[in-house]
Amino acid sequence: MKAIAQKQRRGLSALTLNTPYLFWCLVFVLVPLGMVAFFSFHNAQGEWTLDVFRALIDTPKARRTLFELFGVSILYALIATIICLFLAYPLAYYMSHATQKTQRNLMTLIMVPMLMNFVICTYCWVTILANEHGIIASFLDFLNLPKPKLLGTPGAVILGMVYNFLPYMIMPLYSVMSKVNPSLVEAAQDLGATGFGVLRKVTLPLSVPGIISGITMVFVPSVSTFYISQQLGASKTLLIGDRIEMAFVMSNDFNTGAALSLILMLFVVVCMMVMHRFSDGEEGAFVV
Amino acid sequence: MIKKRGRVSRTMFLIYSCIVLGFLYAPIAVMVLFSFNAKENRSTTSFQPASLYWYKEVLVNDTAMQALRNTIFLALLAAGIAVILGTIAAISVDRMRRKWVQTAVLQVTNLPLMNPEIVTGISLMLLFVFAAQLLGLREKLNFTTMLLAHITFCLPYVVLSILPKLRQMDPHLVEAAQDLGCSQFRAFFKVTLPFIRTGIVSAFIMAVTISLDDFVISYFVSGSDFVTLPLYLFSLTRKRVKPDIYALSTLVFAAIFLLMLLSNFVQIRAEKRAKK
Repeated sequence: MKAIAQKQRRGLSALTLNTPYLFWCLVFVLVPLGMVAFFSFHNAQGEWTLDVFRALIDTPKARRTLFELFGVSILYALIATIICLFLAYPLAYYMSHATQKTQRNLMTLIMVPMLMNFVICTYCWVTILANEHGIIASFLDFLNLPKPKLLGTPGAVILGMVYNFLPYMIMPLYSVMSKVNPSLVEAAQDLGATGFGVLRKVTLPLSVPGIISGITMVFVPSVSTFYISQQLGASKTLLIGDRIEMAFVMSNDFNTGAALSLILMLFVVVCMMVMHRFSDGEEGAFVV
Repeated sequence: MIKKRGRVSRTMFLIYSCIVLGFLYAPIAVMVLFSFNAKENRSTTSFQPASLYWYKEVLVNDTAMQALRNTIFLALLAAGIAVILGTIAAISVDRMRRKWVQTAVLQVTNLPLMNPEIVTGISLMLLFVFAAQLLGLREKLNFTTMLLAHITFCLPYVVLSILPKLRQMDPHLVEAAQDLGCSQFRAFFKVTLPFIRTGIVSAFIMAVTISLDDFVISYFVSGSDFVTLPLYLFSLTRKRVKPDIYALSTLVFAAIFLLMLLSNFVQIRAEKRAKK
């Protein structure tokens, strides 16, 4: 009897407990995503139509533009992700082997630039890379060396991506590697593995979840970034993010913007699913 | 032999981390240096002898100071609401009996984390514009939409940092408190809350930092009445360039650095106390 009463009490409170969050998720997560789909299947007059998508792939020229847009964005993001991985891995590896104090200090030093606003940091890179009076250009001038074109190149855009998202690669790698049981490393060494052998046979396989999560945490923001390429790239290097931003802010073409966002979102979801296959369904890949 | 190799690799580690940190701090160094530019020098690409002129300039700049106040106000408010809502959410998710319901809710919670920020931003913007049209409001985007958006993107972090704490807790503790005569509310405040306190604190700090730093989502859901610091900086980099923007960001940098040092210090002290 008492048990039933308690169950009822719990049942009722479960409903009241669940309601606020479920409501919030519905209204501010699911409905907005539905809106994106809704707008991409409507034209400016508010009629159901596939015109928006059709316009994106109608003519050979439109097809090529779309292909270039996504191709360039994905290529830049991929290169940036790979550079981040190779820059971050040794650092995270050494960090996980350092003393407690060094680990903590390094972590703090890496966190601070991450918390700095990316708009201002990107803008400072413009100052460094500027072709005429930039810091590097002035320095080369001082040495009477020829000045290469730095700002407005694909390299500058990729540099901006690497700079802004590198900490997001270091964090998960470090957090996974610092959890590797040191006795596993010792066991491998006892069994005759060299330093490189330990890395290849023990640390690397054990850090796969960190690599996966780092790759997603760098690739997703890189592929969808805007502003970075507007500042650091040539005016014609537009990435998907810039194109979406332009559609919404400049030309007020919500429908095209929504359609591009929908494609971007689906692309990211597919990438995530593929990555999850690689990690053998390992949970907790999205630890921040 | 082993010892020697250890020293070599330690030196290499030191050099390598200095290179990476140098890369991470290069623009910040530029920012700090140029913030001390002389008064006459309006250019942001050349440097003349040090002065505090631009700091004075920015501290009397009403727009900049208002943006700073707005940012802090919004971050604290959004993080506070997100923590309250998120704690309720985490408890409700933790108590869900049906596994598939729990999985589904967690998937939805994860969505804003996995989605590109720009998609979250424009999806919220579309919602707000649509809602404003339905309600016949003239002003579509304003402070309220900013607040709602900030709460929305802080919530997943809050839920996901409190949930593990709840999972560590013995459910019998709450039942015991209730058996001993506590009401559900009292049991929550007496048992659950102290247990998950560290999770709540770290969730709050995380939510504040994310909200303070957010640019992409704010950019799409902000109206003209409420400008935060990232948005203000963005508008400055688009229009004109004066070194006051560097002075402002140097102040922000100093604040972040001090906060990080402080949290580091608190952590070390807590660990020392735990050891004793």
